[in-house]
Amino acid sequence: MNSGVVTLFKLAVLAGLMLFPAIGSSFYVELVAKILVMAIFAMSLALLVGFTGLVSLGHAAYFGIAAYTVALIAPEYEAANLWFVLAASVLAAGAAAFFVGLFVLRTKGIYFIMVTLAFAQMAYYIFHDTALGRSSDGIYLNVKPDASLFGWTPFSLDDPAQLYYFILAAMAAVFVLLSFVLRSPFGRVLAGIHSNEHRMKSLGYATFRYKLAAFTLAGALAGVAGFLYAVLFGFVTPEYLSWHQSGNVLLMVILGGLGSLAGAVAGAFAFIGLQEMFSDWTKHWQLLMGLVIVAAVLFMPTGLAGLPRRIFRTVNWGEDDE
Amino acid sequence: MSEAMLVADRLTRHFGGLTANLEVCITLERGKLHALLGPNGAGKSTCINMLSGDLPPSAGRILLEGQDVTGLDSAERSHRGIGRSYQRTNIFPQFTVLENCRLAAQSRRPRPWRIFTDAMKTRDTVERARAAIVEAGLGGREQRKAGLLSHGEKRQLEIAMVLATDARVLLLDEPLAGMGSEESAQMVELLRELKQNRAILLVEHDMDAVFAVADTITVMVEGSVLESGPPEQIRNSEEVQAAYLGEEEHG
Amino acid sequence: MDFTSFLIQILNALQYGLLLFLVASGLTLVFGIMGIINLAHGSFYMIGAYLAFALSSLTGNLMLAIVLGIPLAFGFGALLERLLFVHLYKRDHLQQVLLTYGLILIFEELRSLTVGDDVHGVAIPELFSASIALSENLSYPVYRLVISVVCIALAAGLWWLMQRTRLGMMIRAGSFNREMVQSLGVNIDMLYRTVFALGVALAALAGMLAAPISSVYPGMGGNVLIISFVVVVIGGIGSVWGALVAALLVGFADTFGTVLMPDLAGLAVYLLMAVVLLWRPEGIFRKG
Repeated sequence: MNSGVVTLFKLAVLAGLMLFPAIGSSFYVELVAKILVMAIFAMSLALLVGFTGLVSLGHAAYFGIAAYTVALIAPEYEAANLWFVLAASVLAAGAAAFFVGLFVLRTKGIYFIMVTLAFAQMAYYIFHDTALGRSSDGIYLNVKPDASLFGWTPFSLDDPAQLYYFILAAMAAVFVLLSFVLRSPFGRVLAGIHSNEHRMKSLGYATFRYKLAAFTLAGALAGVAGFLYAVLFGFVTPEYLSWHQSGNVLLMVILGGLGSLAGAVAGAFAFIGLQEMFSDWTKHWQLLMGLVIVAAVLFMPTGLAGLPRRIFRTVNWGEDDE
Repeated sequence: MSEAMLVADRLTRHFGGLTANLEVCITLERGKLHALLGPNGAGKSTCINMLSGDLPPSAGRILLEGQDVTGLDSAERSHRGIGRSYQRTNIFPQFTVLENCRLAAQSRRPRPWRIFTDAMKTRDTVERARAAIVEAGLGGREQRKAGLLSHGEKRQLEIAMVLATDARVLLLDEPLAGMGSEESAQMVELLRELKQNRAILLVEHDMDAVFAVADTITVMVEGSVLESGPPEQIRNSEEVQAAYLGEEEHG
Repeated sequence: MDFTSFLIQILNALQYGLLLFLVASGLTLVFGIMGIINLAHGSFYMIGAYLAFALSSLTGNLMLAIVLGIPLAFGFGALLERLLFVHLYKRDHLQQVLLTYGLILIFEELRSLTVGDDVHGVAIPELFSASIALSENLSYPVYRLVISVVCIALAAGLWWLMQRTRLGMMIRAGSFNREMVQSLGVNIDMLYRTVFALGVALAALAGMLAAPISSVYPGMGGNVLIISFVVVVIGGIGSVWGALVAALLVGFADTFGTVLMPDLAGLAVYLLMAVVLLWRPEGIFRKG
């Protein structure tokens, strides 16, 4: 597809998102904000799964660790400094990812999938059952962080619209950052590792270090999402680290189509959209979701982002083979 | 005066009860092409794998320009100047020919922290890649997707990638495998040019090619070196003929 | 801790490990032979437990329920393989993970729709409801011993199947080279279906056996799944023997971990896994 058309489409979506608070009700503004946070989460996993080929089934751990960090270090009834807690949360998530990466990146294939899940479960367990998580029901972030910097307060997160724009800006920033990363020398190495890791090693690349860096970066970015989620809803539970959460974000990445950042964003929209729609219909919405997932894998393995290309091909423009 | 660049000193490799290589000694000199021959199962793959770092030896040493590199893995050896091409084509099929070689070249100038640089626009890696592509005879095919190349072109790409890493010692594993006679002749020419400033180890089954271009030939049988010397000596050696004839008898 | 309490812990660890082995053996066989990662494997355990509950409520007898349940589980497994899993053999791990994750959701909700979300108890059969006195004030339930004995018998049966029967030989061969085994005239489709169904039946049986002691509750599939993964990682994919050793290791780590570090009880298993990962990233008994 013509890349000009694609860029135009992306800009149109961005414009739509920027105008949304003006037209949407407060329920929908919060919903779209949630989707945008999930889009960050999905993009962070896309870096690992889609671009480096590392299928992590434990990504929710870093999302949850960041969420818990902000809820735990923020004072109970005062506003913490936004920039400080943001940095702390992202650092905590990144550090956890680095540490776990040292273990899990020693494995490959099915083992990797299983051990990432196991480590995430370990983290879930720590927050659910030990004193660190305070309560297995979760904890509150009572006051939204304060955005002051050297005496100047650029915006207030207590205003839902400003919170929305803050989240939108964060999503755009992550999107831009990852776009650069993927095109950079580092990103090309990741692509090479995905394509043929053995060859990369014989060409002189210390592939373990690159994978570890990718794993850490993905964890840190998942932390950005976890931080924003905690700020948005003011509530953090161990379920943020559950394997359901890890499965959901993986699903978003697949739904949107691997190998594409925009696909990850689309996947987040699709997943949460479906989730909202199905849970309106029935309390057993997960059954419908499960059926959609099974159907998607069986019939649509290239995901939503692959859909235009498949439609294009059936129309037969005489394109060169893939 | 040619200097020894890579020396394999009594390389040995066991796999459980099986000894695949027993005290194999090989010396690669700059400007010379050293061919490694032997019937199937002789242990040639094991030997080249140990030299490239893909397989650790059970005993023995490998010296690169006098330095002991036995403990280094394949990535580290690549940085010391050892390049390897593979028998089963080992490229990046979804990338273009140019990108395959550019990635190879990038390994010398990784720049991992330059997040805002567009890798495909880094002049030095692109130019090094183009030069390697031309040297390997693939000029004009830069934009083709590697997976769509003909078999012979893929073998050339294997070599181009190694060249792009500025390797001074080339370990080539059956580069002529599956090639027709014209492609083979081109590859032999290429090998002749390549050895000028480098040391090359060539594992091959194509006898014509080997005798056309090798300066030294080592013949392995059942894990050990049977004989080693100039092509004429090997051609006339009765033991070598017996070894190959014996192989033919068993079919 | 006095000797009797220690003995009780050992028996508990053994029983837990052996049950885990039943579940993990199916998982590792399916990984090793067909190369499929199946997240829904824990659901089979849950289905077994709920089946035990449903059938024993109907018939009033757990043992009868188990006897009826095993062929049902086996048949269910064969059907599932025929309808869904057969499509996964050519797909990559990611798609397998996704599809089987979807299956978990489907199974969980179907269970919710048919039997609800309550926790249920299942009665221990009369025959085994006594306890053996081990000391003055401590006794050990006979049923738990029965579980261990049954599991040991099954482990022996599995060994005999794998090592001494033609089916076992085909299974072991099939894990190495699908095409070659096929060209030898083995019906690979039936082989895979049998292995898969066997895995399902083993997991379901474990659930049925465990039902009286662990109760029957919604989240039981998820817990067992992840611990089973840990067992397979430690033991090595495709190795049934490795699964046994690893399951026992995990059983002991968990049981004694709970005793020694009550606040951090569940962590012991993961610490064990982390240590094994540092030492042998492909499992203690990895194949090949």
